[in-house]
Amino acid sequence: MESEMKKTCLFDRHMALNAKMVPFAGYDMPIEYNGLDTEHNAVRTCSGLFDVSHMGEIYIAGRDAVRFVDHIFTNYAAPMKTGQVLYGMMTYETGGTVDDLLVYRLGDESFLLVVNASNLEKDIAWIRDCAEGYDVDIRDYSADCGQLALQGPDSEKIMKTVFGLDVSALTFYTFTVLDGNMIVSRTGYTGEDGFEIYADPRRIVEMWNSLTAYGIQPCGLGCRDTLRFEAGLPLYGDELAEDITPIEAGLGMFVKLDKPGGFIGSDVLAKQKAEGAVRKLVGLEIDSPATARHGFEVLDLDGAVVGHITTGYNSLTLGKNIAMAIVDARYAPLETKLQVRIRRKLAPATVIKKRFYVPQYKK
Amino acid sequence: MDKIYYLPTHEYIKVEGETGYIGISEYAAKQLGTVTYVDAPEDGDEFEAGEEFGAIESRKAASDLFAPVSCEVTEVNFALEGDPKLINNNPLEAWIIKVIIKDPTELEGLMDQKAYEEFCQNEKH
Repeated sequence: MESEMKKTCLFDRHMALNAKMVPFAGYDMPIEYNGLDTEHNAVRTCSGLFDVSHMGEIYIAGRDAVRFVDHIFTNYAAPMKTGQVLYGMMTYETGGTVDDLLVYRLGDESFLLVVNASNLEKDIAWIRDCAEGYDVDIRDYSADCGQLALQGPDSEKIMKTVFGLDVSALTFYTFTVLDGNMIVSRTGYTGEDGFEIYADPRRIVEMWNSLTAYGIQPCGLGCRDTLRFEAGLPLYGDELAEDITPIEAGLGMFVKLDKPGGFIGSDVLAKQKAEGAVRKLVGLEIDSPATARHGFEVLDLDGAVVGHITTGYNSLTLGKNIAMAIVDARYAPLETKLQVRIRRKLAPATVIKKRFYVPQYKK
Repeated sequence: MDKIYYLPTHEYIKVEGETGYIGISEYAAKQLGTVTYVDAPEDGDEFEAGEEFGAIESRKAASDLFAPVSCEVTEVNFALEGDPKLINNNPLEAWIIKVIIKDPTELEGLMDQKAYEEFCQNEKH
């Protein structure tokens, strides 16, 4: 079992730091180094460093690249400028979600798609299937590409001090290419300002070593999840899935239903938007010391099941139990009173905004 | 000296005559991280050996708790309700439930201190 697990280029570093490792998306990944709370707080207050080399990188180029990306992507790629990043999803004909991803515009006819590691094989197969009749070159660079995420309010300063890189001109969701083969983007998955760096594995290891030597807190997947959750960011498998559409997940602003030619699934999503989704993703504040976790039932006050928890934590930043849940749309309005079954007990819950922590991005 | 026994799921039972104190091991407390909540049963609840009797939560995860032996709960450690982190500070002192052991022969099927330490060593690799 263990021998079959993949390792990122930073595996030896994780061992040297005595990280606690867990299997994730086929990789042996660090879940924490010095404790989830310490790492979470480091990102919220100063900075933290993540190995996200497991993420998938898919290169798409060719005469039809723009038209093709817009065919499979819910957001609108054609107006993107080189150096811009867009968030969005790929959807099936049913409107269900294949994956959520970042699209980097590398040039007039070339893009980099950054997808979830857990979905990489499925995504590649899907993209190739959809490409029939399009003049595009599709390449999977995932194995040759390492990735770091430096996240937190001090990130810009650290890039300057440690690497001599002035990234102050980079605005949120833009990137620059350095030395011809390294991408630095002002993006992340924590609700804080920060950068994601893509480069060859050797260089990624060097940068990791420089940052940890400078004293930046290494951070595991444990706090990556608590941080993204507090900021109301979805995780595929929890808030998005083959049977959860971006409209249901409240991600309509990343779904351009009126772009020319539409995209795969756009008819179904347009209908869903017009008629109103029957289920919606909501935030819940739970009045209990116990934490509601993925899969737990959400009930109305009469005890009828009206949905389920997608992610729940005892929030470090807010100091209380909160959750995201998919519920029958009738129960989605703010302040609606619900209940959550936590093992044998029912806990009172109230619908609140799912952006529990207001992201501190540099726009 | 009290005798102490463990389950592979990391619950311990400290034995004083017919009385047992059930909690989670130091190894398990460390793995969990900061404990945020203990979901304990009530006085008088009865459990079979191996039956789930509650759960323990950290920010990371919730883990079910299993009864090492067939028992009846005589006391719940209420201090944990106000301060679940007591388990991180001293797991062997911060027991979760105090029980009457129904059948002491069931203890023979559990790991003693030495066997448990070896078990944890193997689990790490």
